[in-house]
Amino acid sequence: MEREKILEINNMKISFTQYQKGIQQTELPVIKDLSVTIHAGEMVAVVGSSGSGKSLLAHGIMGILPYNAEMGGEIRYCGEPLTEKNIRKLRGKEIVLVPQSTSYLDPLMKVGQQICKGKKNKEKKKHLDSIFEQYSLDKKVQEQYPFELSGGMTRRIMISTALIENPKLVIADEPTPGLDPKLAKRAMEHFRQLADMGAAVLVITHDLELALETADRVQVFYAGYTIEDAAVDDFNEEETLRHPYTRALWRAMPKHGFQYINGVQPYVKDNLQGCPFAPRCDRKSQECQGEIPWKASGSGYVRCIL
Amino acid sequence: MNNSKAKFILKNFIKVLLLLFAVSVAAFALMTASPIDPLKANVGQAALGSMSQEQIAKLEEYWGVGQPPLQRYIAWFRDFVRGDMGISLLYRQKVTTVIAVKLGNSLFLMIIAWILSGLIGFLLGSLAGMNRGKPIDKIIKGYCLVISSTPAFWIAMLLLIIFGVWLKILPIGLSVPIGVEASGVTFFDRVRHAILPAVTLSITGISNIAMHTREKMIDICDSDYVLFAKARGESNWQIFKNHGFRNVLGPAVTLQFASISEIFGGSVLVEQVFSYPGLGQAAVSAGLGSDMPLLMAITIISALFVFGGNFIANILYGVIDPRIRRGGAGR
Repeated sequence: MEREKILEINNMKISFTQYQKGIQQTELPVIKDLSVTIHAGEMVAVVGSSGSGKSLLAHGIMGILPYNAEMGGEIRYCGEPLTEKNIRKLRGKEIVLVPQSTSYLDPLMKVGQQICKGKKNKEKKKHLDSIFEQYSLDKKVQEQYPFELSGGMTRRIMISTALIENPKLVIADEPTPGLDPKLAKRAMEHFRQLADMGAAVLVITHDLELALETADRVQVFYAGYTIEDAAVDDFNEEETLRHPYTRALWRAMPKHGFQYINGVQPYVKDNLQGCPFAPRCDRKSQECQGEIPWKASGSGYVRCIL
Repeated sequence: MNNSKAKFILKNFIKVLLLLFAVSVAAFALMTASPIDPLKANVGQAALGSMSQEQIAKLEEYWGVGQPPLQRYIAWFRDFVRGDMGISLLYRQKVTTVIAVKLGNSLFLMIIAWILSGLIGFLLGSLAGMNRGKPIDKIIKGYCLVISSTPAFWIAMLLLIIFGVWLKILPIGLSVPIGVEASGVTFFDRVRHAILPAVTLSITGISNIAMHTREKMIDICDSDYVLFAKARGESNWQIFKNHGFRNVLGPAVTLQFASISEIFGGSVLVEQVFSYPGLGQAAVSAGLGSDMPLLMAITIISALFVFGGNFIANILYGVIDPRIRRGGAGR
């Protein structure tokens, strides 16, 4: 049986308007073409290098982009278009964001209060107690302030803000930086749990290895494009991977030889035509300069003409 | 912890002593350097001319003319340390008595202005900061900018003309009605006479507090935690209640207590315009009339007020902010 499609993003674009030299405006396209689909009970990881603008994906879905950002493309939630009006109603209830760092917690509000958004009722309190028990957090922690928490505790508190709502869609923005490998793994497992409980989970991360251990599918994000959508099993061997960049990533993993390729990801302002990976690709041809379609390939997708 | 508290208090006690000493030296030096001749200022050129040499010598002795400054300062300092602030040369009363009366009048005025400007400034600043760029923000910002670039004494005169002269609904000056016995003055009379000066002081105080609060509120609205609150579906009111108010309160309290110095300074000008017999006016007449003991005492008291305000702000910040309250407790 086909599971329910919770989130479907087609050709998402996010760009910034910036002023340069006084009044000259420039468009800065950070996300150029991103498509992703997540079903109920599924955990999808969007993997890309740090600072490549992945977080904007989360902010775009939640409707909290800065005022000088513009978003294009289509977002559908449970089959319905996710308009600005819709997301205002759904966010914080059915659609929740798990933020990336302590700075997203109010430094002057007690943790317990914060998770319950300042509301006090018995039901919420009971729910909160059960979540704390599940994450083996002491009840005393509810009365503490964010500055009194350790990194791992902060992580669990931020996931608790999602759990208190019974969400259908969880978006986790870089949930692991700053954690040691054991805690990072634990954090990812918490999201796996949410997916196993029936939620659709989108994890935005730069940690491919962790994503492979916990997610169902991995999307590779490169220079503003999603270049490959692959099942986790496709990463078992190099040959089942579709895009040369994904293969390069695979070879760069410690257990696969730790090899690196030359060059760096193109900067958004470079405004390249055609495949963004072409300058670093060893199989590039003349056709790479043209439009590269996002096409189905086996159980996944790829943005490559090969 | 008790040890660190005692240290804190001792440190501040030494600080205030040093501050007062420095202020008294500076005030005295300025006064000595002042070109005002106390005899000419207080007795008058014409009267001086008709006096005998002996009379003038007596007056010179009274006003301390010709005495070496260092000697005068040491004499004043010795008395002051013993708790004797001396006798006011102008009022011919004990300085403590003069100050007690004047301070009573001024405090009434300043407390009203302080509370009004604090509350209204906080409200306006929060409102503007939460609605940055919207019409309400522009109106509040415009008001604040206009007021901050307007001298307080000019606003005082404007209000005096409108309410005292044209509308005739408020008295034009002084702190009590003219021609009424002291026993016949009611509390209501005092309030009526304090309204205009207090409002003037508040109007100028509001803009400063509002602008600072607005700035802080904008920082808070740009913070990650407010962004996250939005992503959690909190309404603007919830965001203010849960995060904005909480985070702006600390800086606002600091500002409020630090603003004591500004209210104090503003009161000097405003009292002058309204002929309000407060500490500010006494300071002006003491300065112009070379009343050394009175001016020194007023200077010292002002310095104490300002120091006290900042000191209270420091302590309150620790009470309000858990990062200081709890964070400091462990160390």
